[in-house]
Amino acid sequence: MEVQHINIKIFAREPAPADLAGAIPVFHRWIQQDATGELLIDVADYRHVPEGPGVMLIAHEAHYSLGPTGGRLGLLYNRRTPATGSTREKLEQAYSAALAACRRLEQEPEFRGSLAFDEGDVEVIFNDRALTPNTDETFEALRGELEAFFASRWGQGTFVLEKTGEPRERLTVRVRRSPETALRA
Amino acid sequence: MKYSNQLWKQRLAGRLPAHLAEEIDVFEDEIELRRQGKIDERVFAETRLRRGVYGQRYDNGQRHDGITTRKLPYPEDKPTKGPNTVWDAPGMQRIKIPFGGLNATQLEVLAELAEEYSDGVAHITTRQDVQLHFIHLDDTPAIMRRLAAVGITTREACGNTIRNVTACPYAGVCRDQVFDVTPYAKMTAYYLLGHPECQDFGRKFKIAFSGCSRNPCALVRMHDFGVIAKTRENNGRLERGFEAYVGGGLGAVPYQAKLYSEFLPETELLPTLVAIARLFTRLGEKRNRNRARIKFLVDKLGIEEFKRLVEQERAQLPEDPRWKEALEEIPRYREEPRRPAALVEIEPAGSAEFREWLRRNVYRQRQEGYAAVTIALPLGDITAAQLRRLADITRNYTNETIRTTVEQNFLLRWVSEADLPAIYEDLKAAHLAEPVANTIADITACPGTDTCRLGIASSRGLAAELRTRLLERREPLDESVRGLRIKISGCFNSCGQHHLADVGFYGVKRNKGRYAVPHFQVLLGGQWGENAAAYGLAIGVVPSKRVPEALERILGRYLAGRQDGESFQAFIQRIGRAECLKMIEDLREIPTHQADPSYYVDWGDAREFTIGDLGVGECAGELVSPTEFQLAAAEREAFEAQLHLEKGEAGEAARRAYEAMKRAAQALIAHRLGRAPQDPEQVVETFRKHFYDTELFFDAFARGKFAQYYFNAHKRNGGPWDEDAARKQIEEAQLFLEAAHACYQRLLEQEQPVI
Ligand code: SF4
Repeated sequence: MEVQHINIKIFAREPAPADLAGAIPVFHRWIQQDATGELLIDVADYRHVPEGPGVMLIAHEAHYSLGPTGGRLGLLYNRRTPATGSTREKLEQAYSAALAACRRLEQEPEFRGSLAFDEGDVEVIFNDRALTPNTDETFEALRGELEAFFASRWGQGTFVLEKTGEPRERLTVRVRRSPETALRA
Repeated sequence: MKYSNQLWKQRLAGRLPAHLAEEIDVFEDEIELRRQGKIDERVFAETRLRRGVYGQRYDNGQRHDGITTRKLPYPEDKPTKGPNTVWDAPGMQRIKIPFGGLNATQLEVLAELAEEYSDGVAHITTRQDVQLHFIHLDDTPAIMRRLAAVGITTREACGNTIRNVTACPYAGVCRDQVFDVTPYAKMTAYYLLGHPECQDFGRKFKIAFSGCSRNPCALVRMHDFGVIAKTRENNGRLERGFEAYVGGGLGAVPYQAKLYSEFLPETELLPTLVAIARLFTRLGEKRNRNRARIKFLVDKLGIEEFKRLVEQERAQLPEDPRWKEALEEIPRYREEPRRPAALVEIEPAGSAEFREWLRRNVYRQRQEGYAAVTIALPLGDITAAQLRRLADITRNYTNETIRTTVEQNFLLRWVSEADLPAIYEDLKAAHLAEPVANTIADITACPGTDTCRLGIASSRGLAAELRTRLLERREPLDESVRGLRIKISGCFNSCGQHHLADVGFYGVKRNKGRYAVPHFQVLLGGQWGENAAAYGLAIGVVPSKRVPEALERILGRYLAGRQDGESFQAFIQRIGRAECLKMIEDLREIPTHQADPSYYVDWGDAREFTIGDLGVGECAGELVSPTEFQLAAAEREAFEAQLHLEKGEAGEAARRAYEAMKRAAQALIAHRLGRAPQDPEQVVETFRKHFYDTELFFDAFARGKFAQYYFNAHKRNGGPWDEDAARKQIEEAQLFLEAAHACYQRLLEQEQPVI
């Protein structure tokens, strides 16, 4: 199965900051400093949209957004251009990029001490309904890849995978490290 | 850009209306031809604009990052997608929604597209369209196919064409309407879509329908052509028609439309529009785009002369059977409720929030027991998840009767009054029940510097700021102020319709020392009511960051100084411009950059303000002649011929190659004689007479050889073909096309006026 346009959302820990205004100067600085090594274009402010993308860093390869999509704050990495390699490599690429952005955000002066991400609480969204339709069959076909990838990150048997959402949504898989493992990490 | 674009083509094959499928295939070919450098960038730009594929800020490949202007290092292996427009740069897809009418399935598809191709948000415009931002050009055919599969076209959403036909969202349910204008708006939109008389305008042309003259819902008087429903007695029969206006428009120079006819019978609506289109094509300005809207032509000729010329055109129009057929459809248009009517007390017990929502967002329909519910969207934005919830609500409570509005909202119609408490809860759960409809907090704003190439200041940033402040006010607003309208544009082009608001703003720049400072011009007293009856008074500019204070003062002054029941417009008229200016004069002071740098940064931004990113707008489209379009279409046929040959379909390949030559010949004939015949025999004969016998088509070296290719192909057309012969014909067609381009160039040079 060809898999493309993998989105990764890493959730913020509670209490999450209510005001996301700080993300605007942060993302502008990332553009000025070529912070991610990607072609970063502009910043879009959607803070007025309830459960929307919040503040977005618009980019060529992938958009980043810090926002409450779906009702919980998180950092979303939204891959636009097709990626190369196996599904596993694409997962690795998307997750690493999202995690790097989270770590960078946590260190920014606007958020230091007030924003922390839980790298063990993740949503994987397959943003292409034609390639990866939101069905149980697609989920089952991808389960092995997902398990292998997260096992390589967090260890075998330390997490649960769950297909979430309703049929009209994109195929979305919630991956959560079990609390004991998270505590040990 | 999406990996699955071709999959959608296969998956939807045979499931789209044939004419839409063909149109999208043609556009896909044009993209490929441009990629191969076979279509001129200007022609391609207008081609994509006519499909609603628009440019966006920074698509020239550079951006000021707050420190310096930097090149955005896009891959350099592709051509431009228009003059100075980078292929890979994100753009916008405008989706035409005639009269704003949508159904639940369409909402769901819009949600899918927003998620998969855009940023997860769909945007409702001030002309009832939907826009998706940050779209890649390569994805647009897939987007169009998915839209076409649910009956939506993007054709002529931009460019120098007839734009979306708008109508009151309350049409059909309004208590004040004369009759339901919806089927007329629909008929007009689809009749004029792709109409041959509407393909050679110097600028865009906007049409609006209103059901009554009192309410503002359709803003008839700011349109190129707008009509208001009217009836009259005719031999004891009630005849339907329209009060018709022409030549209105906002833009930098706003014009109130002139009364064209006090009563235009319904039977004359389409013929009159065609006659106006012909006149606009013939006499409208083509070179200077700043004076190319029809308002300038009406102004230049005077309404009486304009009308005389339209009537002259009308008299010469051959009868079109579709005029009658379209009218026969009108009585068949119906909107039915899903649930039985219920007459309930409209102020029942319930939470204060619910009662406030009832008061602001709910309108009792003319049909007893039913209500229309406004869903006020912040800045016209709605997420994909909300669109799906809205689709469910639309299905559960209505017969999928929902419309977009010119105030960038949705209107759900035919809600049984008994369902109001339940629908409120459902909307609230989707964050779609904010009780701000028709209030000062429901601010309209154009895209401004967020995405528009021409934006000067951040209209959306300011709108979001004002909205937040108005909603968070501790003390409630007085009713007289609560009902006012605020509209904001990012520049003088007034896409945010600032002229029509009680309080309007448009972005400008001022300097302080060597620094640029974002400002807004303040306009007061525009009249939204009576179909945009009066435009606001410009009173002066204020730094962006002081606009909230300016607004507070203006509202405070009105509350304190109005004379019993005096409207805001009347108040502004009475106190006059000089007094208005006094209200904000001291706010014009700007601290030095050193003292307060925040003044030098726009709302919702963090960069030092600059107008260095200003580009050339695509609103006007590229001025591309029909000849160039025809020649591009001929190129496309030749391209298709090649594809058929590769598939081993020699006969079809040869036929397409012949078609390419015929189309190019027609293009030249139409350019020279005004119109070209359609019959292939006549095309050859006309071409021979005017281009071959006169040697106009002759190449300096090859002389008439390329024309002979066409004559030979014509003779052989329909015969059997093998692969070699088809290949030869394709090569000859290519040479013929080259010669046609060269001939067109020579004709243009000959036609240049000698100075
Ligand atoms: S008013 Fe100006 S900034 Fe706003 S969309 Fe129109 S051209 Fe762009």
